[in-house]
Amino acid sequence: MSEASATMSAFAQLLQAKLGARLVRIAEARGETAIEVLPENWVEVARLLRDDADLHFELAMDLCGVDYLSWGDVEWDTLDVTSGGFSRGVEGETVGRFSWANRPHPAHIPNRFGVVVQLLSLKYNRRLCLRTHCADDELPLLASLTPVWPGLDWFEREAFDLYGIVFEGHPDLRRILTDYGFVGHPFRKDFPLIGNVEVRYDPAKKRVVYEPVTSVEPRVLVPRTLRDDSRYQQAQAEEKARGGK
Amino acid sequence: MQEIKSYTMNFGPQHPAAHGVLRLVLELDGETVVRADPHVGLLHRATEKLAESKPFNQSIGYMDRLDYVSMMCNEHAYVRAIENLLGIEVPDRAQWIRTLFDEITRILNHLMWLGSNGLDLGAMALFLYAFRDREELMDCYEAVSGARMHATYYRPGGVYRDLPEQMPRYNESKWRKGKDLARLNEWRGGSMLDFLDAFCADFPRRVDEYEVLLTENRIWKQRTVDIGIVSPEMALAWGMSGPMLRGSGIEWDLRKKQPYAKYAEVDFDIPVGVRGDCYDRYLVRIEEMRQSNRIIKQCVDWLRKNPGPVIARNFKVAPPSRVEMKRDMEALIHHFKLFSEGYTVPAGDTYAAVEAPKGEFGVYLVSDGANKPFRLHCRAPSFAHLSSMDTIVRGHMLPDVVAMIGTYDVVFGEVDR
Repeated sequence: MSEASATMSAFAQLLQAKLGARLVRIAEARGETAIEVLPENWVEVARLLRDDADLHFELAMDLCGVDYLSWGDVEWDTLDVTSGGFSRGVEGETVGRFSWANRPHPAHIPNRFGVVVQLLSLKYNRRLCLRTHCADDELPLLASLTPVWPGLDWFEREAFDLYGIVFEGHPDLRRILTDYGFVGHPFRKDFPLIGNVEVRYDPAKKRVVYEPVTSVEPRVLVPRTLRDDSRYQQAQAEEKARGGK
Repeated sequence: MQEIKSYTMNFGPQHPAAHGVLRLVLELDGETVVRADPHVGLLHRATEKLAESKPFNQSIGYMDRLDYVSMMCNEHAYVRAIENLLGIEVPDRAQWIRTLFDEITRILNHLMWLGSNGLDLGAMALFLYAFRDREELMDCYEAVSGARMHATYYRPGGVYRDLPEQMPRYNESKWRKGKDLARLNEWRGGSMLDFLDAFCADFPRRVDEYEVLLTENRIWKQRTVDIGIVSPEMALAWGMSGPMLRGSGIEWDLRKKQPYAKYAEVDFDIPVGVRGDCYDRYLVRIEEMRQSNRIIKQCVDWLRKNPGPVIARNFKVAPPSRVEMKRDMEALIHHFKLFSEGYTVPAGDTYAAVEAPKGEFGVYLVSDGANKPFRLHCRAPSFAHLSSMDTIVRGHMLPDVVAMIGTYDVVFGEVDR
């Protein structure tokens, strides 16, 4: 522990001292600090970050949901293709490849839904990224931060709308960006890119009707590729030359 | 007859003063607002989800379409996020060009705001002047990128191309000829920098003109003074930024406090308001235009003296020149891989923010090491501001709601994303 704290900035050490056991993880990269806490400590930590005189994060700039399903999935083989021949294409289940009717029902993955908040302290001119993972993936539940920062109201509504994360204690948790009466949470990784319904005017019924999507075929133009090779040596060397500032 | 206490009214989504597709459900008691419930999302295009399905560079164009009156500032936040994760350096000249265009964008945005907010509150003439002046700056956009609005000019590692040697001129046509043509082409004899020099010399006079029309105008003051007061505590609680925060007297500007591009090297001031009402925010924005003009002038002077590369010479991220590509096999391969597959970005997440004209525009980018973003989230200033609508307009009169929508400077491209 002492070795780790020697490389940490004063700010990270301060956070560690203030949060103690409530701090699950702390990461510093590129001059940004990110901390992770357990969902049960979510509001408590938020309140501390806002009210503590040495932290003083009076502004919450942003809150967003993240769906970690399909993290690291690829559609294009890069590593074992030399021995396996020329067939690089991979049948994947990324969002562009299925429609609503045959959407995948994925296996349970741990910590599927995350919530990320960007905090800003005007007093100390500091930013902090605060995140957590919802405990239950079937019904992602998290305490609302609106009592701490009322400005997060719409951001939480957005995360609920797009990811289905339910914020307990939110005064008015309605959908915000999608259509009235929309079904599903469109930014989840198992929601098709082409959508689930389309609308058109039906002259016979003399009104707008909703129908399953037929006018667009699921397709992927550029396959998703992961590469772990020497490409970024230049970038890394530059970073090192700057002394990681 | 039964007495009706309060009634509910739809404001928008096709109301000219709703600045786009805002549907505001207003509960009124006579002319006093009891409750305002903004319904947004009518322009939702799932930009963030689309970006997850495309290589990084193909989403730069989407950023223009978020806040479609401050296009390049959005691009700036996005490319900065990518540059953060890649850890690449941007050449000085590109940074100055970005500073220049961010400020051109700020003037474009504030002129649009001034014109349309004036129009909402009954000052028709201003709208015409503001649009006349926007045209000249749009021409600069067009000169560097080929597009008047959706420029897609910034790239990770720099900007797409250097500033043009010759500012495009108007040709003679049935509609533009004689004296008219000479007037339009008066500043366009030289390069784009010459054009901007002439613009900078002339612009303060034009801002004076706008101020003559509004600042002491009795009707304007009646519509804005003491309307929509945002206290500093409230501004902080609601996550406000930009002119909304500064109008309430909090001196906070990312260009000064967390400088990016070349803002640390230019000289400018941050105006702040005192009372936090619509009138103060008007004054803040007017002064910001003058300050932007100052920054543009400094950028132009620097760019004139210092030629150089405008994009990083890192072929893994930025394409080689056409000439190199035709001669060199390696360059051709780089070019092919870049435009077919794109580049992969090291795994990690970052939040990059810029001081967009409306406030803090932030991009939260998560990469799992692929050639497409894993998650992209755009923190739009208008979205945060509009969410405080209900709290602010309660107890105000109906016409003040219009003044309030105007002073938020909302654009639905970024609210709905």
